[in-house]
Amino acid sequence: MKVAVCINHVPDTETKIKIGPDNLSIDRTGVNFMMSPYDEIAVEEGLRLREKFKGEVVVLSLGGDKHKETLRKALAMGVDKAVLLKDEAERDSFGVAYALAEELRTLAPEVILFGKQSIDYDDAQVGTLVAELLGYPSVAVVVKIDVQDGKVVCQREIEGGHESVETQLPAIFLAQKGLNEPRYPSLKGIMAAKSKPIEEKPAAPAAARVETIAMRKPPAKASGKIVGTDKSAVPELVRLLHEEAKVI
Amino acid sequence: MKILVFAEQRDLTFKKSAFEAVYAAQGIAAALGAEVTALVVGSGVQRIAPELGAYGASRVIAVDDPSLAAHSNTAYAKVIAAVAAKEGAQMVFMPASQMGKDLAPRVAVKLGAGLASDCVALSVRNGDVIATRPVYAGKAVVDVRVKTDVKVFTLRPNVFTAKPGSGTATVEPMTVPLDAADFATTVKELHVATGRPDVTEADIIVSGGRGMKGPEHFPLIEGLADVLGAGVGASRAVVDAGWRPHDEQVGQTGKTVAPTLYIACGISGAVQHLAGMSSSKYIVAINKDKDAPIFQIADYGIVGDLFDILPELTAQLKHALGK
Repeated sequence: MKVAVCINHVPDTETKIKIGPDNLSIDRTGVNFMMSPYDEIAVEEGLRLREKFKGEVVVLSLGGDKHKETLRKALAMGVDKAVLLKDEAERDSFGVAYALAEELRTLAPEVILFGKQSIDYDDAQVGTLVAELLGYPSVAVVVKIDVQDGKVVCQREIEGGHESVETQLPAIFLAQKGLNEPRYPSLKGIMAAKSKPIEEKPAAPAAARVETIAMRKPPAKASGKIVGTDKSAVPELVRLLHEEAKVI
Repeated sequence: MKILVFAEQRDLTFKKSAFEAVYAAQGIAAALGAEVTALVVGSGVQRIAPELGAYGASRVIAVDDPSLAAHSNTAYAKVIAAVAAKEGAQMVFMPASQMGKDLAPRVAVKLGAGLASDCVALSVRNGDVIATRPVYAGKAVVDVRVKTDVKVFTLRPNVFTAKPGSGTATVEPMTVPLDAADFATTVKELHVATGRPDVTEADIIVSGGRGMKGPEHFPLIEGLADVLGAGVGASRAVVDAGWRPHDEQVGQTGKTVAPTLYIACGISGAVQHLAGMSSSKYIVAINKDKDAPIFQIADYGIVGDLFDILPELTAQLKHALGK
C-alpha cells in the first residue's frame, strides 16, 4: 500500500503570538516551530497502515527550507521518503492544496492522510480541497480507520457524536485526536533520519484566491473581579451572573 | 446579486447555525442590495423549508430526494454547487459546523471560488465583503478578502446572532440528477449522544482541569452542567491523562468555543487553553491558585477549594433556577 502524508511546520502551541511589522503575518523571531499536532497523528496512522499492509509511506510538506525540520521528524518516526515542495512565499489554502494535488497526482497513493487542520491558519481546508482537486473521496475528522479489501469504514467526529462513514480506496483521511497515539522517534530513528535524503521540488504555482489584508491581536479581555475565597462567595457569584452578566 | 445559504439540518431539524448563517446573509445582502436564497438538502426537507423565512430568506430551494436521506459529502457538495451555479449566486454561505467544513472546500473547487472559513464577523467595505477569522486558535485574528468572482464563506457556529422576524419564504423544489458515482462516501450510522450539548454549540460550558484531581470527581462538573443545561469541557492535561474523552477538549489542539458563559474549574489557563475559550462572553474561574493565568481573563473568580465551592454553586443554582 502506498501512503502519502501531508504535513505542516507550525509555531509551537505554547507560543505567544506577536504580530509582525507588516501587520499581515506573525513575528517569527524567537518562535519555536514543530510538526502540526494533528499531522503527527496522520504520520502515525500512515506508519500503522504500512505495518499492516506493507508498502511505503511518503511525507510531503510545502514551504521553505525550515520545513525540512518537520520532514526530518517524520523520517525519524519511520517514514520511507520525504518530499519538500519548495516555496518560501506565503500561500493561501488553495495555493497549498493545488501544489500538493499536482504532486500527489503523479505519486498516485492509495491512501492520503492529513491532520484535520493545521494549527497555524486553522483553515481546515487543504485536505478536502486536495480531495476535490483529485476527485478522491474524503473523510474528515476521523477517529478510526478500518481498511478491508479496498473498502474503508471510518468513524468521524461530529457535534455531540460520531458518524460511521463508508468509502473506497483511493481516499483521503483527515486525522483527529483520538485516532492513535503518535510514537516518539527512537534514537535509532533520529540517527537514521539524518542520512535519509529529502527530495526537493519547486511547488506548482497557483494564484491566491483569498488575500489577507490585516492581522491583529484580538481585543484583550480585562480581568474582572475576585468574588471571594471560599463557598461563602457563591451567593454573590450567582447574583452577578443573574443581575450583572444576565447569563442565567 | 444573489447569496445562497446552505441551511444544515439533521433529522429534519435545522441546526441553530443554519439560522445564524441565513440571518447573517440577510445583513450582508441588505448592505449590498443582494437577495438571500436558502438551500435545504435531504429527504423530506420540503416540509421544514418554510421555517427559514423568519430569518430572512425570501426564497428557499428544497432539494428533496430520498437518496439524500443519509449524508454523503460528495453528493451534498455536488447538489450545493449545482444549485449555486444554476442560481448564478455570487456568494455561498455555510455554517462552519463539521458538516459545513467538510462540504465547503468541495463546493468552492467546483465553483472556482475562494473560501474564507470559520468567519466570526463579516462586513462590507467598498462593495466587498471583508471576513474576520481567528488564526492560531484565536491568538490573532485576520481580515481576509476573497478575490474570486464567486466567494464561499463558512460562519463559526454560536457567534452570529439569529433573530426570527415575521418574514415568510416561498419554497421551490429543485432536482439535481445524481448517480451512484456521486455517493463515494456515505454515512452508514449516526451515534449522537443525547443529553448534553456539544461544546461547540453550547451556550454555557462547565470545564474541568487538573485541579479536579481525578476522573472520579468529574460528576461535580457534570452535575453543575446539567443544572445549567451546559456542555462539559476539559483541558488538554486531563484529556491526555485519559480522565475525559477527546471530544471534550477545549483549546488549540481541541475545540475552539465561544459560549455565553464559560465556567473553568481547576483550570490554570495554559496559553493553548486560553486560545480556545477566551472569546467566551463571560468567564468564571474557580481555582485555588490566585496566580493562575485564568484569573487574568475571568470576569468573576473565586480563589478557593473547588471541592467546597462546586457543590454549593450547583445547589444554589438549582434553587435559583427552580430545578
